[in-house]
Amino acid sequence: MKTTTDDTGAVLSGAEIVVQALCDEGVELVFGYPGGSVLHIYDALFKHGGMRHILVRHEQGAAHAADGYARATGKCGVCLVTSGPGATNAVTGIATAYMDSIPLVVLTGQVPTPVIGSDAFQEVDTVGITRPCVKHNFLVKDVRDLAVTIRKAFHIATTGRPGPVVIDIPKDVTDPSIKIPYYYPRDIQLRSYNPIAKGHPGQIKKAVELMLQATRPIFYIGGGVILGEGSTSLIELVRSSGFPLTSTLMGLGAFPASDRQFIGMLGMHGTYEANMAMHDTDVLIAIGARFDDRVTGRIADFCPHAKIIHIDVDPSSISKNVRVDVPIVGQVASVLADLTQLYQERRTEAQNLTEWWVKIDGWRQLNCLEYDRTSALIKPQFAIETLHQVTNGDLYLTSDVGQHQMFAAQFYPFDKPRRWINSGGLGTMGFGLPAAVGVQLAFPNAPVACVSGEASILMCIQELATCKQYNLPIKILLLNNGYMGMVRQWQELFYESRYSHSYVDALPDFVKLAESFGHVGMRVTQPADLAPALQEAFALQDRLVFLDVVVDPTANVYPMIAAGKGQHEMHLAPGMAERELA
Amino acid sequence: MRHIIAVLLENEAGALSRVAGLFSARGYNIESLTVAPTDDPTLSRMTLVTTGSEEIVEQIKKQLNKLIDTVKLLDLSDGPHIEREMMMVKVRAERPDREELKRLADIFRAKIIDVTDTSYVIELTGASKKLDAFIDAVPEGLLIEVVRSGPTGITRGEKGLTL
Ligand SMILES: Cc1ncc(C[n+]2csc(CCOP(=O)(O)OP(=O)(O)O)c2C)c(N)n1
Ligand SMILES: [Mg+2]
Repeated sequence: MKTTTDDTGAVLSGAEIVVQALCDEGVELVFGYPGGSVLHIYDALFKHGGMRHILVRHEQGAAHAADGYARATGKCGVCLVTSGPGATNAVTGIATAYMDSIPLVVLTGQVPTPVIGSDAFQEVDTVGITRPCVKHNFLVKDVRDLAVTIRKAFHIATTGRPGPVVIDIPKDVTDPSIKIPYYYPRDIQLRSYNPIAKGHPGQIKKAVELMLQATRPIFYIGGGVILGEGSTSLIELVRSSGFPLTSTLMGLGAFPASDRQFIGMLGMHGTYEANMAMHDTDVLIAIGARFDDRVTGRIADFCPHAKIIHIDVDPSSISKNVRVDVPIVGQVASVLADLTQLYQERRTEAQNLTEWWVKIDGWRQLNCLEYDRTSALIKPQFAIETLHQVTNGDLYLTSDVGQHQMFAAQFYPFDKPRRWINSGGLGTMGFGLPAAVGVQLAFPNAPVACVSGEASILMCIQELATCKQYNLPIKILLLNNGYMGMVRQWQELFYESRYSHSYVDALPDFVKLAESFGHVGMRVTQPADLAPALQEAFALQDRLVFLDVVVDPTANVYPMIAAGKGQHEMHLAPGMAERELA
Repeated sequence: MRHIIAVLLENEAGALSRVAGLFSARGYNIESLTVAPTDDPTLSRMTLVTTGSEEIVEQIKKQLNKLIDTVKLLDLSDGPHIEREMMMVKVRAERPDREELKRLADIFRAKIIDVTDTSYVIELTGASKKLDAFIDAVPEGLLIEVVRSGPTGITRGEKGLTL
């Protein structure tokens, strides 16, 4: 049964087929939680032992862990959950993966086919509930369809624009007493699904012509560059063109942040220089980015002077929110390779961008991310900068959602793709810790940290037990401001400081909490103590360390473009606006 | 603008709800939607009528194409095509009105397919506008029930929407 040739001659039950097919698919890790409808599969797992099953403590954690694993490795994440509440618990994780186009295969148990539709115990319409938040889903009603459906699911999840695929498997389909010949198809052709690989040469030519004429060009890149393994080609194109580059939250790391041509993240909490350059640009080259509202601000004011080139694997992303002039549909890596070659052929001499860079450097002078470094309180910005120093910039960093996420994006310069792992599209609090579980399991010897807030961390805190069971030495950097900081910031700025229910009262003692799960807890309150504490934490190579860092509760994330405002209408940190005028 | 879009879908359970779900989730207009299996039992053909700006209709088509179950899609409104809808109308047909209703049916080349002492059921096929016109022409107070299939369509000429 452990052989992986196509036709093994094996005769297997549905449960065994599930396990064997995952092995044949090359799956190393399955994140799951058992229950009635998947017990046949769990029994087959017990007997088979071909892959590792990681027992999480909540099905949301299973989906996030599989998602973190997928983001860090580029492989497909896999989870296995039971019917009813198992499936509904996983939905938040599935939707999180869907919004960020992360390849997942989620196996859900279902009640036996004869009782589907009868409101049987732990029955929910999983296919119906997940339909709007998956790339595709299947209900397998016949054991003979099982192997091919699993192959289809992996194919769909990992190709084109990736995304989660759910396979709902009724219990009778995995019945151990019904055995059929097993065959796992290698290649699968779907007549209704053929993602476009190569970009259209005519469109690429038009794009190169626009780039060559540009005097104020800018690259705007997104998570698609990372998902499409386009980082290497991107770096070559950007360096040879000399154009500035800005990235979305999801694209961070695709281009080295320490490179001079990187002018910071754009959008709601982007840098002054990135948003101003976007507003001023004459040729925008968007790559694997989807013109999300957090990036564009008010559409009417988005890049008003620009001709727009858009490279994306998903045709429905083209001209969805913003009309583009030169769409190129194709795999990012392939299109970029073709585009780079043609650009280098057609360009006779380096483009003169001196004036453009003078302008950008002028905006840069504002130093929009500056904060008070003399504060007696730990500033969250300082905490992230210290994390960067202590880890020498070499870290897998997962994040929860809130101010701490934005501070991490602004103050931890990522130089490599797949190192910054956060929920951008759905903004799911609770993502960080289980995602770190997936990353640490993928890279057992790499440093992995999770930056979180005291509100977010409680949403999936149970996964501390998973970390203990599998000895995952994750470092949790809790920026404890005692508030749902991001909510508090909006209330301060847009609701005249009426802090309605954003104060996180009755917090646990996080040090004791970590200890009760068998981990190391530390509390840091003084700026000077932070670096030594982090050093100590990372030196504990086989322990999870939970650092409860008490930070300034009043810190806000700047710059900020309020929802619905134009990209040039930034709120700067207090005191900075005057400097801008001066 | 009004668009009539034909889609060949895998004849799988749930394919229809994916299309319906797409329209409700993204807030697109849908005027009518008809679906039935084709001569190839693995395929269903769906015809849907929608209205929206050119940008929205473009998005609708892209989103429909993105569904894994969509095999092929054609906007019939892009070229010469024939559109047909079937309607059955039940009308009150008492003595004084019977002759006029019969005449009306003849003018529209409709058929009377059920007759009682007090009612007719009239069947009519044609472009949706023609069906609208017939309903308008039925004298006040005589309409009992109207049932329409929703439009289906096919391109003119020898090229077909097939695999
Ligand atoms: C599941 C979920 N519920 C609610 C929100 C809305 N929300 C966004 S940020 C935030 C506050 C997060 O607080 P904390 O984790 O302490 O982070 P901080 O902003 O203080 O750094 C909330 C409630 C969300 N993003 N996700
Ligand atoms: Mg907080």
